[in-house]
Amino acid sequence: MHAELRAEQFRKHSLLGNLLRKLHIDIPLFVALLILLVLSFMMLYSVGDQEWALLVRQASRMSVSCVLMVFLAQLEPQQFQRYSIAFYVLGIALLIAVLAVGDVGKGAQRWLYIGFRFQPSEMLKISTPMMVAWYLAGHEIPPKWKHIMSVLAFIMLPTILIVRQPDLGTSLLVASSGLSVLYFAGLSWRYVFSAAIGVSAFAPIYWHYFMRSYQKDRVNTFLNPESDPMGKGYHIIQSKIAIGSGGVSGKGWQENTQSQLDFLPESSTDFIFAVFAEEFGLLGCLALLSVYLFIIARGLYIAVQAQDTYSRLLAGSLVCTFFIYVFVNIGMVIGILPVVGIPLPLISYGGTSMVTLFAGFGILMSIHTHKKVLPT
Amino acid sequence: MRRYEVIKDVFLENRIFWSRTVIMFVAMLFLIFGLIFRLVYLQVSGHSKYHSMATNNRIKVASIPPTRGIIYDKNGRVLAENLPSYSLEIIPEQVKDMPNTLLRLQKLLDIPDEKLKAFAEHSRRYKRFDSIPLLLKLSAEDVAKFAVLRHTFLGVDIQARLIRHYPYKELTAHVVGYLGRINNKELKRVSEIEYRSMHFIGKTGVESAYEDILRGYAGYAEIETNAQGKPVKTLANIMPTPGADLHLSLDIDLQRIAYDALAEYNGAVVALDLETGGVIVQVSKASFDPNLFVSGISYKDYNRINHSRDMPLFDRVLRGQYPPGSTLKPFVGLAGLEYNVIKAQQKLYCPGYYQLPHKDHKYRDWKKRGHGMVDLRKSIIQSCDVYYYDLALTLGIDNLSSFLNDFGFGKKTGIDLNGENSGLMPSREWKRINKNTVWYPGETLITGIGQGFTQITPLQLAYATGILAKGGKLTAPFLVERKVYVDREEDVSHAQTKQLNLKDNNLLTIRQAMVDVIHSKRGTARLIAGKRGYQIAGKTGTAQVYSIKQDEEYNEEEIAFNMRDHALFIAYAPADNPKIAVAVIAEHGSHGGFTAAPIASAVIIEYLKKGK
Repeated sequence: MHAELRAEQFRKHSLLGNLLRKLHIDIPLFVALLILLVLSFMMLYSVGDQEWALLVRQASRMSVSCVLMVFLAQLEPQQFQRYSIAFYVLGIALLIAVLAVGDVGKGAQRWLYIGFRFQPSEMLKISTPMMVAWYLAGHEIPPKWKHIMSVLAFIMLPTILIVRQPDLGTSLLVASSGLSVLYFAGLSWRYVFSAAIGVSAFAPIYWHYFMRSYQKDRVNTFLNPESDPMGKGYHIIQSKIAIGSGGVSGKGWQENTQSQLDFLPESSTDFIFAVFAEEFGLLGCLALLSVYLFIIARGLYIAVQAQDTYSRLLAGSLVCTFFIYVFVNIGMVIGILPVVGIPLPLISYGGTSMVTLFAGFGILMSIHTHKKVLPT
Repeated sequence: MRRYEVIKDVFLENRIFWSRTVIMFVAMLFLIFGLIFRLVYLQVSGHSKYHSMATNNRIKVASIPPTRGIIYDKNGRVLAENLPSYSLEIIPEQVKDMPNTLLRLQKLLDIPDEKLKAFAEHSRRYKRFDSIPLLLKLSAEDVAKFAVLRHTFLGVDIQARLIRHYPYKELTAHVVGYLGRINNKELKRVSEIEYRSMHFIGKTGVESAYEDILRGYAGYAEIETNAQGKPVKTLANIMPTPGADLHLSLDIDLQRIAYDALAEYNGAVVALDLETGGVIVQVSKASFDPNLFVSGISYKDYNRINHSRDMPLFDRVLRGQYPPGSTLKPFVGLAGLEYNVIKAQQKLYCPGYYQLPHKDHKYRDWKKRGHGMVDLRKSIIQSCDVYYYDLALTLGIDNLSSFLNDFGFGKKTGIDLNGENSGLMPSREWKRINKNTVWYPGETLITGIGQGFTQITPLQLAYATGILAKGGKLTAPFLVERKVYVDREEDVSHAQTKQLNLKDNNLLTIRQAMVDVIHSKRGTARLIAGKRGYQIAGKTGTAQVYSIKQDEEYNEEEIAFNMRDHALFIAYAPADNPKIAVAVIAEHGSHGGFTAAPIASAVIIEYLKKGK
């Protein structure tokens, strides 16, 4: 509570603190995000052969994302609630448009051109939990059977559309963002466990009938990377070498021999954690995980402090999505999860997911800073 | 609203949410500890193992390119093969002073600047220890020149590579297509890992459409190197999987006959096997030597080809769009019968022109004196325009457009190649959207004789002829008949896609008239009649390139060559049991019957002779 008090003083007395408060910025969250952005710059500088163009592009994306975050923080949570359906319907329409006329990149149809390249599936990571939270907030908590069924329909629709692009990583994130709302709304443990059993029973069916061959390859590779060390297992083996050779204290910033020699593929995007682990070692990794954990804890704190059902459910779900990003990305890089295209949040190079993440933080800040005095 | 009627138990809700959040947080902590546990395993217990892997024994992965599949014609003749040739290659990692090395090489072998530029761009995409070609297809003389001074060029060497070769050169340039160096745009589309050792990709034709199958899969050699990056030993070798060989329905002998028969004309010839739907002949002329593109075409050659007035790079079969002219008439006639607006015997007087009621404009017939009394048969045999002006007007554009659509006009045929044009079958709606005006009756008239907005590709024309010959059966045209993989063969099945509902009587009338175009005294293609034991059915056509004014006359000699009409001809044979359908377009060939028909008959005669 001491830190909380200090932050309170900072907010009250410093000029900057005042400004941030007026802007509805949550200072602890903001500071933690800044730390990650600085780390992102350091890593990209290190892996990108000191190429400034890369950094400039990333910086411009960060600025756009930050502006969006600040903008969303200004809105009242009731406004999100009001536009939940509209936002969800728009997202679904765009997904259908992608399947119809989308731009094909690397064998998948994920992009839409509207002056710039835009990936509508990202939007659903926010609009799906918004829709579900809106719906559940209007009915009894914990939800009844029929309400659970309609919620599942809201979740399945975008998930299936995204699987068809095909984009397994994003569809998993969208599905889990919606399901986490159900969880927070008090879905009976019986359902939670039977769903878990159901999913594990469905997995082999999915494997046989729905998975694309490249997705199967990834899972095979994950289960047994040494079976094809030069082809598909290459990423994971090289990534493990990079991480393991970092040791406890790391090789030092910009001393990443593995990625500099081009052994490590995708080093600026999905596999950037391997570079981080090589340069900063176990201690660096622990520090990074602490920052992530802090953001998650702060987010959950915001969620339990929220005043109405909608805000609470939405906040809880947004934090869950963030956690899944962190866990799945790091899990894949260190070889305990199969390779799915999910970036390390706020550190990997790349635009669309960063915009979504910042939008999520904007919503969290809005929820935390627009409290009303409740009648008692 | 119902949602506000729910009375909420705020305390229950709070309690649920609190407990759920705490459980979630504990679960997250648990999972993060899992990550940390794994990191400790890798970075503490595994550190020495991975450290030595990273520093002492660097493992390099050298990609071994697969052999590209060979393309054969119907009779097993090679249309695209891989020939060994010498290339000058550089491994950037081993070169101390790249600019100087390149300068010396340039002096020694007289390398044009553009090749150096291409090399610089190319090398950026590959690993520094990959061998990157600078010059392909070295001459024996260059090989000798370099061999003498080889020891002075560290990191530069001569390599034997397989280079794609097209023995039939301009004959197959469009249909088989060619390989070229991968450019940045293409690299974004393909898997980087698969193309690491490959420098080429199919650019056009079958080479492009079947790239994934022809290419094969790269193999890898796992090479252990010392700390300086020099190879110490090969640890593992995973052999590449060669690409599949493709057998086409194309017959190269017939292809040559068609190409030569076009003689001085540019144009297109397409022949379809009506038993399978396969493409037997697919000629687009003018053409070019595709081998020039494989080894990197010089600016000079490229400019010459690209700026030629004959447009040799343009694939007329798939992309050329021409007015169908009178070749459309059998289809329009059939539409008249099917919609029951005419009877075959019904006669019309042709004075040599046609006028819409209360209008001055005269729509001319190609025969100034007129054809006199004309029934459907005569209208096809002598290609009477006036008959079709009247018929088109009676049918109306809506019926006409939808009927012709069924025969594939205005739609892609769905051939197994990329970049096909869909042609154009105009309709009221099309005009409203694209021209922003209503449809005029005059436009219906000229649509009836295959002029106006209507545009067809030569492939569409052959396809439509095939559909007519087979009584309404549709099988999309295709080129690849069989794929031969390393471990299996696969016959490509091409199922019939649709059956048009046409009356036998009506078909018989039209088809008999098309036989008489060739085998009757006054037929427009009587030139190719002959005693062969079978009959050919066909229709001539002439497509206007240049429109003449009301009072002018079309005088062939006075008009510049590139303003002359295109000559068209469609045909199928034998008339009673159709096996082949052909469409010919000879650009500026003036008369379908004189210029285009003999080309079609040459192909048909040879094909049916072979068939025996």
